[in-house]
Amino acid sequence: MSGARQLTRLLDRPRAFLRLHQSLTVIISAALVLTVLPYIATWYPFNGFGVQKDWVGGFADAGVFVLLAVGLNVVVGLAGLLDLGYAAFFAIGAYTYAYGASSFTGLHIPFWIMLVIGAAVAALFGLLLGAPTLRLRGDYLAIVTLGFGEIVPVVILNADAYTRGTNGITGLAQPDLYGLLGINGFGFTNPYLYFGTVVVIVAIAFIFLQRLQDSRIGRAWVAIREDELAAASMGINTVSTKLLAFAIGATTSGLAGVFYASKLGVVSPDQFGFTVSFTVLAMVVLGGMGNIWGVAAGAFVIFEIQHQGLKQLGAFIQGLNVPVVTLGPLKIDIGSINFINYQYLLYGLALVTMMLLRPEGLFPSRRRRLELHEDTDEVAELLADEMLEP
Amino acid sequence: MTAATPSVARPRMRMIPWRAPVAVVAALVISYLVIANAAGAQAQEQFINALTIGALYALIALGYTMVYGIIELINFAHGEIFMCGSFVAWWLITTMGFTGTIHDLPILVIVLVVVFLVSMLVMGVVGVIIERFAYRRLRNAPRLAPLITAIGVSFILQNLVFVGISNSIVKVPQLIPFDLLQIGPLAIREINLFVIVFAVALMIALQLFITRTRLGTAMRSTAMDREAAQLMGVNINSTIAITFFIGSALAGAAGVVQTQYLGNTVFNIGFQSGLKAFTAAVLGGIGNTTGAAVGGFVIGFLEVTSSVYGIGRWSEAIVFGALVVVLIFRPNGILGQQLADRA
Repeated sequence: MSGARQLTRLLDRPRAFLRLHQSLTVIISAALVLTVLPYIATWYPFNGFGVQKDWVGGFADAGVFVLLAVGLNVVVGLAGLLDLGYAAFFAIGAYTYAYGASSFTGLHIPFWIMLVIGAAVAALFGLLLGAPTLRLRGDYLAIVTLGFGEIVPVVILNADAYTRGTNGITGLAQPDLYGLLGINGFGFTNPYLYFGTVVVIVAIAFIFLQRLQDSRIGRAWVAIREDELAAASMGINTVSTKLLAFAIGATTSGLAGVFYASKLGVVSPDQFGFTVSFTVLAMVVLGGMGNIWGVAAGAFVIFEIQHQGLKQLGAFIQGLNVPVVTLGPLKIDIGSINFINYQYLLYGLALVTMMLLRPEGLFPSRRRRLELHEDTDEVAELLADEMLEP
Repeated sequence: MTAATPSVARPRMRMIPWRAPVAVVAALVISYLVIANAAGAQAQEQFINALTIGALYALIALGYTMVYGIIELINFAHGEIFMCGSFVAWWLITTMGFTGTIHDLPILVIVLVVVFLVSMLVMGVVGVIIERFAYRRLRNAPRLAPLITAIGVSFILQNLVFVGISNSIVKVPQLIPFDLLQIGPLAIREINLFVIVFAVALMIALQLFITRTRLGTAMRSTAMDREAAQLMGVNINSTIAITFFIGSALAGAAGVVQTQYLGNTVFNIGFQSGLKAFTAAVLGGIGNTTGAAVGGFVIGFLEVTSSVYGIGRWSEAIVFGALVVVLIFRPNGILGQQLADRA
């Protein structure tokens, strides 16, 4: 106890520094992620799963989900609104990019401008959807967003004159730096540039969202989440504050959509189903609702488990040559299990378990933990710490 | 409705007696005319089709509305319970060795009774188990926690079927004949007649149960004010468990209807049907069992009408549009919601 206590004392000063300079922390972390992650991928056992280039490509995709998760964190974690159609805004961002920068429309607006346009279009849809529904009882939002998330892919699928339906729109333009740093088009074969870009985008979103979270608006979100009636009587305009959270979530999702579309070079409706919304929700819940760092870590870990872990687990267990067990009519062949099929089952189990046993998530935000465990000693200590802070 | 203005449940149920039948007849006539306008010679068949699909949605919607009425939770897992019910029916029918229509009436009746009873019982028990282990602990937790749990449970059920039973469409033998019956001017297939009569009978039984029995009174009082009901000696836990049992059993029955009417089922059928049925519950006024039934028929009508008018692939968008329109202009639904005055 005392040893651990001493260690935390020792770390107090750097921690205080980092807490004071949040944006600097984000920049340092982004630089670390940029340099260290590709390097780690060359270590044993990771180098056995794929070459560095593939890993970095995977990291770039993981970055998309980190972006999605920190955006949803504002909606679910801070404002306490359940958005189940998050992938719809992702789709809207991606299709906006497809319209703005592909041979399908003949427009070739630069990627960097499309980032802003895609985010704005997604925000617009967020406002259009949120404005009528956020006035209603809170859980109607869940069902309306669920419906919206279901409808957007259906509309994209059916309006094939405008979206090429199930074939999707192909030949999307690559981001381009116009000779800056000696780089022109990104090209599909070079994942490093995409990785760098997504880290920068995530870092900017991080700084922005963190500042927002600590602002008057951020406090208003938390107040609404905890007690809407009390927040309203404190003079907070609950509808517009909730709408802002919802729109910011949509904006982030749209941003992620533009990047994702540019990286894949193709958009089709099946990329944006409910499972995407569900996966991002699982990332937010597991990471720790309300804690942007926890959510980002949760998103990264889940993404890597989903895309590397389960595959490698399957290969590993197949390599063990577990004999087939026969119990009457039941044949258990562990070696032949395709673990990727189990991912949503695992997410479901994880969500339920987390909600029942550890609702604050694996990496909880301090405030959330205080709220959820007011009675325990450890928290009393934390509470004291919290009060001593300037 | 904002948190600051609690809604007052209007006693819409006690409509003046003559208005309800008139409204029902008027709605039926109008919907028939709308369908007939495009369907031509098939008008009657399509109209009956709409009623049948409506009955199916109504059965699912009842479970949503009952659970929402009593614990104010959107039970996302309810659609999956419907899906599981259809798989129970599939399993029973195939293990009993039936492969097609049964023309021998006594055998058909016995088989149907067995299939419906088992499916309803199994799903009822599953519903109670879900309530006991996933929702009960979170009854007083922040609103978000049970909602997320419900989503999680829904994914667990769906993927258990996906991994354990089948990852593609499963064909189910249809036991009830599709022969046309001529009742006066009305030509109706046996299956449609059965589904409509059966569903309406279940709904009437439910209505009688809720309004006439002690347990039904306990359910209504728990929905109105949980603490007060408890003080009056109502066992809250068992009342909520019974609500889940009945709602889930109705979804189980709907699952059997699905296999018998449409002849197939698939692991992800619960998601869309659940969404539509929830829309039906909101349309009718959430918490209101009559409203859920009405909403179910409205959704069935919308779906069939859109396919009759050649825009069937947009039916989901139309249903969803209807949901948003109702939420904006009449958030309490067609018949008004019956919820407690909880802000």
